[in-house]
Amino acid sequence: MKLDSQCPSGPLAEKWNRHKFEMKLVNPANKRKYSVIVVGTGLAGASAAATMSELGYHVKAFCYQDSARRAHSIAAQGGINGAKNYQNDGDSIYRLFYDTIKGGDFRAREANVYRLAEVSVNIIDQCVAQGVPFAREYGGLLANRSFGGAQVSRTFYARGQTGQQLLLGAYSALAKQVGAGAVEMYTRTEMLDLVVVDGHAKGIITRNLTTGKIERHTADAVVLATGGYSNAFFLSTNAIGCNVTAAYRAYKKGALFANPCYTQIHPTCIPVSGEHQSKLTLMSESLRNDGRVWAPKNPADVGKHPDDISEEDRDYYLERKYPSFGNLAPRDISSRSAKEACDDGRGIGPGGRGVYLDFRDSIERLGEKTIRERYGNLFQMYHKITGEDAYKVPMRIYPALHYTMGGLWVDYNLQTTIPGLFAIGECNFSDHGANRLGASALMQGLADGYFILPYTIGNYLAQVKEKPPATDHAEFRKAEEDVTNRLKTLLNIDGTKSVLSLHKDLGNICWEKIGMARNRDGLEEAIKTIPELRERYWSDLNVLGSNEEFNQALERAGRVADFMEFGELLARDALMREESCGGHFREEYQTEDGEAVRDDDNFAFVGAWKYEGSNKAPSLHKEPLEYEEVKMTTRSYK
Amino acid sequence: MIVANPDIETKPKTGSHRIEIPLSKETSQPDSDEMTLHLRVWRQPSHDQPGEFVTYDLPGVSPDSSFLEMLDLLNEMLTNRGEDPVAFDHDCREGICGMCSLTVDGIAHGPEDEVTICQTHMRKYSDGDTLTIEPFRATAFPLVKDLAVDRGAFDRIIQAGGFISVRTGGAPDANLIPISKTISDMAMDAAACIGCGACVAACKNGSAALFTSAKASHLNLLPQGEVEKDRRVVAMVEQMDHEGFGSCTNTNSCEAVCPKGISVTNIARMNRQYALATLKGVTAKATQ
Repeated sequence: MKLDSQCPSGPLAEKWNRHKFEMKLVNPANKRKYSVIVVGTGLAGASAAATMSELGYHVKAFCYQDSARRAHSIAAQGGINGAKNYQNDGDSIYRLFYDTIKGGDFRAREANVYRLAEVSVNIIDQCVAQGVPFAREYGGLLANRSFGGAQVSRTFYARGQTGQQLLLGAYSALAKQVGAGAVEMYTRTEMLDLVVVDGHAKGIITRNLTTGKIERHTADAVVLATGGYSNAFFLSTNAIGCNVTAAYRAYKKGALFANPCYTQIHPTCIPVSGEHQSKLTLMSESLRNDGRVWAPKNPADVGKHPDDISEEDRDYYLERKYPSFGNLAPRDISSRSAKEACDDGRGIGPGGRGVYLDFRDSIERLGEKTIRERYGNLFQMYHKITGEDAYKVPMRIYPALHYTMGGLWVDYNLQTTIPGLFAIGECNFSDHGANRLGASALMQGLADGYFILPYTIGNYLAQVKEKPPATDHAEFRKAEEDVTNRLKTLLNIDGTKSVLSLHKDLGNICWEKIGMARNRDGLEEAIKTIPELRERYWSDLNVLGSNEEFNQALERAGRVADFMEFGELLARDALMREESCGGHFREEYQTEDGEAVRDDDNFAFVGAWKYEGSNKAPSLHKEPLEYEEVKMTTRSYK
Repeated sequence: MIVANPDIETKPKTGSHRIEIPLSKETSQPDSDEMTLHLRVWRQPSHDQPGEFVTYDLPGVSPDSSFLEMLDLLNEMLTNRGEDPVAFDHDCREGICGMCSLTVDGIAHGPEDEVTICQTHMRKYSDGDTLTIEPFRATAFPLVKDLAVDRGAFDRIIQAGGFISVRTGGAPDANLIPISKTISDMAMDAAACIGCGACVAACKNGSAALFTSAKASHLNLLPQGEVEKDRRVVAMVEQMDHEGFGSCTNTNSCEAVCPKGISVTNIARMNRQYALATLKGVTAKATQ
């Protein structure tokens, strides 16, 4: 299968404008005749649903939460990048583009990334107009902070709750359209399958999570804004409900899944405290602006109180190894360095899996008041979870699964390999390459939803001449039957293990074998053990109750069932990619001092997987990455 | 240990590696001893069926686990016994999505100040404690099952007017309108509301005044929201009344339980703006 990226020709800086002109338009009077389904109401989904509805399309939006405002974008803390150059420190669209493509270790599609940087400035304008209360300076203008992987201050923020404020902005835009009757909103409703008619995405099958009712929804196009798959690892910073089901169902219906092995481990999370743990909590990376990361130099000092470890016995390893970026080194590098220190026997806290993030020097320099102003809510959160006061003792941090760069393969129009099926936000693979920079997830979600998809979907819809199929079409009937049978099967296994316990088992395999560092033996083992676990899942699972009720165990059982298959795909992709790049680190491919070794000659491509059937290995399809503007270089943050 | 399933049996602590960090006065000493708790949990199959308290003894609770992880443990125990697990709403488990909604021992979001129940950790409790766990109770929040309620009324209040009518694409440069830091910070204080509904659950009248006023204040304080200020406040207040929330009688119990510390000052602001708008004869209908 040839993967055509549909990238427009011409100079990089002109591609998007040219493409906007060349795309077909739907006449304003005709827009109301087209209907679009949007699944997920995070930043990408809510902004897309609101914007398409403002344009005049008939939109149906779905979320599994009890309100659209609760999608997990809300938990993003640090900020959103925008190439405004308000600080006069040399920022530009080109610099944001270059930082992003370099941060992604030259594994992203150049034209997409440039467009992202280009529309980033519009996002900031849009959000301010909606009333997002970004931090301001005393003169009344917007404040900025710097973030990992960048040497300019281009990050806009709203205390430590930027994701919340941006989502509330997008949600209010969506609410405006719902109130006006222009968007049909379905809360507590989960998509369980995609309906493809004559090769085009034409609808979805959903389950009403309160009543269990299975419903068919038809439309001219389907947009998935369903987030990432970090919860394959069980413990991650994602919300408990985040899942891969919608994207995975699309994959099984023919959409290619790209680069699943690109997973991001966030360096500053609160370490695991015990077996009871259900999720991990992230502390915004912005903390690294004022906190210094260190571990004891000598394993013998590990049990000591940090105050009893003298300055010369502390290893500020990021400052030592990467003097020019220091504590602001990109996420993958920071995470791996923490792991190295712990593997070295110098980790602190429970199980020796932690390093310090120390604010002592900043408090001395700036005063506790300033630190409290900047990070008060984060320190409070840390205190609530650990019982420790980070103004007095250094925070303990450890990396955790946080974001997934891989996702459904999409072309420049954000369309998957199934015509009429679009994927936006974290759900697609397109903009972050092998590693995402801080404050870029919010940017991408809103770029896709506000400024890209609403244009590109018009190009597709303008070419759709037939009305969407009726919901009694054979494909709808079959998809509903499949969904119903699967739910029945899950309820009738009548085994002995709970969903939670089997999800933990999967998470253990994924974290141990496909986690922060990977190797051939481990990956081959995962490819063997995950199917065995899956076998156990389908023979020994215990889900009580019925479908026709609010049944949270059943909801989770369906999601974990998909993770049980998806985990294997993740391992296969990681095994295929015999190089280290960004968030994908293969132990076989590193320099003597532990730096990643990328292989541009053999692996400068997007690896997209096609489902070939339940008992067959998926097939790999490659989209070569051709850089017209930038030169691939070895990333160096030294 | 009465836990039937070995998979969920809490592993022995990694004691040898564990370091006890001496803490400042205000923090409690982590305790590695597992607790047994007596739980009185509200069980109700659905809105139209009667409910009751059911008592469970739950062993093996780690003081380091969160309140919801304690409920996970309860549900594992129930599932392994073949009993219907307890339904409760939750998602982010870090205090920001606003989905979790439990009343513990009569207090919305439980005993700790300025946190949601998902951020409350079990070190707050002692071995042998009895905890009473209920849903957020309010007429305008119909029960879904057990501890989960329907807060759709909040969405409808926002849909009535909790937005600035700006279309995507037409926005001027973000720095065009300077906004004083004081105003911007006040708007942010109000905007921090997570829409959990604790304010309603805590209020003897079941009033949504704190939620509605926080949302209206956030936008009405900012110059961008100024244009629609009157219509916004009228529309939101009317929708609030229409949903069956009670009236505010200034008991301030809402602020006392609010996990984000939203101030009742917002209610005063809303009342003033509502009074002024109605004096001007503004109605909820859009004037387009």
